[in-house]
Amino acid sequence: MAKSSSSDAQALIRSLRSAYAATPTKLKIIDLYVVYAITTAVIQIVYMGIVGSFPFNSFLSGILSCVGTAVLAVCLRIQVNKENKEFKDLSPERAFADFVLCNLVLHLVIMNFLG
Amino acid sequence: MADPSEAKGEGSLRKAFGGVLGVFILLLIGTLAFSIRLFSVIKYESVIHEFDPYFNYRVTQFLTKNGIYDFWNWFDDRTWYPLGRVIGGTVYPGLTLTAGSIWWLLNNLNIPLSVETVCVFTAPIFSANAAWATYLLTKEVKGTGAGLTAAALLAMVPSYISRSVAGSYDNEAVAIFALIFTFYLYIKTLNTGSLFYATLNALSYFYMVCSWGGYTFIINLIPMHVLLCIVTGRYSSRLYIAYAPLVVLGTLLASLVPVVGFNAVMTSEHFASFLVFIILHVVAFVYYIKGILSPKMFKVAMTLVVTIGIAVCSAVLAILIALVASSPTKGWSGRSLSLLDPTYASKYIPIIASVSEHQPPTWPSYFMDINVLAFLVPAGIVACFLPLSDASSFVILYIATSVYFSGVMVRLMLVLAPAACIMSGIALSEAFDAFTRSIKFQLPKLFEASPSDAGDTNRGTQDEPTKVDNNTPTEKTEATVKERPSEKHRKKEKKKLEKGKEIKEKGKENADKVSNKPLNAKKLLVLPLEASAVAILLLIILGAFYVVHCVWAAAEAYSAPSIVLTSHSHDGLHVFDDFREAYAWLKHNTDVDDKVASWWDYGYQTTAMANRTVIVDNNTWNNTHIATVGTAMSSPEKPAWDIFNSLDVKYVLVVFGGLVGYSSDDINKFLWMVRIGGGVFPHIREPDYLRDGQYRIDAHATPTMLNCLMYKLSYYRFVETDGKGFDRVRGTEIGKKHFRLTHFEEVFTTHHWMVRIYKLKSPKNRIRGKSKKKTNPKTTSKINSNKNVKKNPWQ
Repeated sequence: MAKSSSSDAQALIRSLRSAYAATPTKLKIIDLYVVYAITTAVIQIVYMGIVGSFPFNSFLSGILSCVGTAVLAVCLRIQVNKENKEFKDLSPERAFADFVLCNLVLHLVIMNFLG
Repeated sequence: MADPSEAKGEGSLRKAFGGVLGVFILLLIGTLAFSIRLFSVIKYESVIHEFDPYFNYRVTQFLTKNGIYDFWNWFDDRTWYPLGRVIGGTVYPGLTLTAGSIWWLLNNLNIPLSVETVCVFTAPIFSANAAWATYLLTKEVKGTGAGLTAAALLAMVPSYISRSVAGSYDNEAVAIFALIFTFYLYIKTLNTGSLFYATLNALSYFYMVCSWGGYTFIINLIPMHVLLCIVTGRYSSRLYIAYAPLVVLGTLLASLVPVVGFNAVMTSEHFASFLVFIILHVVAFVYYIKGILSPKMFKVAMTLVVTIGIAVCSAVLAILIALVASSPTKGWSGRSLSLLDPTYASKYIPIIASVSEHQPPTWPSYFMDINVLAFLVPAGIVACFLPLSDASSFVILYIATSVYFSGVMVRLMLVLAPAACIMSGIALSEAFDAFTRSIKFQLPKLFEASPSDAGDTNRGTQDEPTKVDNNTPTEKTEATVKERPSEKHRKKEKKKLEKGKEIKEKGKENADKVSNKPLNAKKLLVLPLEASAVAILLLIILGAFYVVHCVWAAAEAYSAPSIVLTSHSHDGLHVFDDFREAYAWLKHNTDVDDKVASWWDYGYQTTAMANRTVIVDNNTWNNTHIATVGTAMSSPEKPAWDIFNSLDVKYVLVVFGGLVGYSSDDINKFLWMVRIGGGVFPHIREPDYLRDGQYRIDAHATPTMLNCLMYKLSYYRFVETDGKGFDRVRGTEIGKKHFRLTHFEEVFTTHHWMVRIYKLKSPKNRIRGKSKKKTNPKTTSKINSNKNVKKNPWQ
């Protein structure tokens, strides 16, 4: 039972890897950016665990800026992905412009809240 | 067949004409919304109404005089003496900042309107904006026709008028516009999947958080809708774009507002949004994996993930439950808890229970407040299901939740009003569509001599309204097939209003059979011509009834400023301006630093109009302080004097309606003074004031009641008015008629005895003679025990 599940897991990981390798480079870059943002958030949480959560607004703005940029990057990836039928008439330039605008608003709020 | 290009030209001309007509109609709707709220300005004067708007007016005055930085850091020491109140951190700044910026803009354009004028007319302007926002929202759900109908209905709905007349300068005036606009932007993002609208949505949500505490409704309704979409299998990437940025940006923006601060991440009211955020990410990830894996591998992945996932989730859930259960209110605030459990407030927080707006509504208030919409809403709900889209499922959820909450608190009928208008707009628009289509389809048949079947079909297809042109035949068949049962359902609804429907139903079934035969590809729902014409006429009459009711409600019921009262008698109109008379007297005849004590209802008005420091006001944030004042009002004269003296009070203000029959006076509110005071100070016991379970002030009243300060201050010298002391509100003669006040002296009573102001008498001088016997220890101790020991007023 365990052997079959471990072999299943290996087959799963192999198929995942092969399927992911097929995605275009543009999307992989965005994925990398998302992973980087989430890692920064995790580092901040670990730091807060060590040092304590004062001042809370700085901690909150730091975490939410990481999560926010990750979410916006995922939205950009959804809109730019060619396989997505719903967005076929949305030009990638427009999607990127929206992404930049939303990031601007997000970071303006972050700078205000950072204290 | 007509030339296709010619038809196209005609079609675009018709579209252009329709667009211009639509803009014109919207302008008219805005004007209507503005002008229907001006009754109180015409009947009385341009004055701020009620109690809460006076506080907002005072804050706006401060903002316009001192600028925004001083406003943000303002600590108000003229209220809640001796505690004071941090205005910057406890007020929702949206309304005052909006009115302040309008005033600033107008003054910079050299239009010198006073702050009061801007404050009075802010609400009607924003109600016009709210009507336009309703048009936009309903257009996203069902189309332009439904949008215009819904906007027209919202412009006039009495429930919204009641909180946004000219003069009602309260948070809801701006907040309802922000609510509808936020919902519109959310639906727009959901329909288009554009990140630009998602950004606008977050900014509009920020405006809503600034304006009203009811923003928690938005941040709970939208996650509920997302969950509903996920559960019903309507997940799409547009849903992710609509929701995820809103949560992150929205939480950040909500924390920026000082009133909310860290509550945006720490109170249970926001946890729903975070939970659904996580769920949405899990679902999105699952869909992504499903997309890139083969089905067999996907099954393997699923089993693996599920086993691990369940273990992790149960652990996290256990921790969360332990955390939340450790706090007594499970992390919810008192007001939110009283919404979920309607009996909570009456058991634990008498202050919340005592506000009249927090009582559950009676059935007639539904018909008073939303009138005809009350029975158009179910038709609208049915219309939303045909077809069911993301937007229409959202509106259905909105109306369901707002109906529940309106049943808990009268004040939340206001949140129901836009939902009811949207639903009714959809229902009316669909009904009109069906009827006019039937008439249009059958009118040429009336003029033709003998139509052939084929020609009939052709003409039928030509005369179709433009919105049908783009549909494929199969879609239309489905639409009409689904529409038929709804038509029957809606017809059954209208049976209650109209007579003689049986004939029409039979006629409709015949028409269905007739219409089925000639049309082979397209099936149109066609009703008999006469039935449609009569039905359209009846719908118009229904609309007329609605308009008449709304205008009457706006003019008679909801335009009272409640600071000025009028009554009609056989010798004309009497105006009772006693409140402003009393506040003006206070302003001119007392020192600037004198403290005035009254029940908390009048606090805002006293600080705004009389400009004197008060002990408690309508903000009701400190229950113990209010209980102190309540205890003082319920105690006999000497203990009451002690309590007031310890608070540095100089004047006591009492509202009394017995002479003129004004029923919202302090004696009628006395039961709350006893209850709230008794809740904190146990020596005030409610049964002491009750005779047979009732509060009485006549000869059968309890001695505690007849000796308490409220009774004495209300009825002092009352017997001099008519010789018998007949109280018009309670309908009896008072119990104790001739008495003197030992610790208070009357300084002012207004013209109709409605407001009575008393001054605390200074303590009696100590007699000098006895101080000579200081050497004798026995007498000294006696003197000490008699004169110098102050009794603790709290016991």
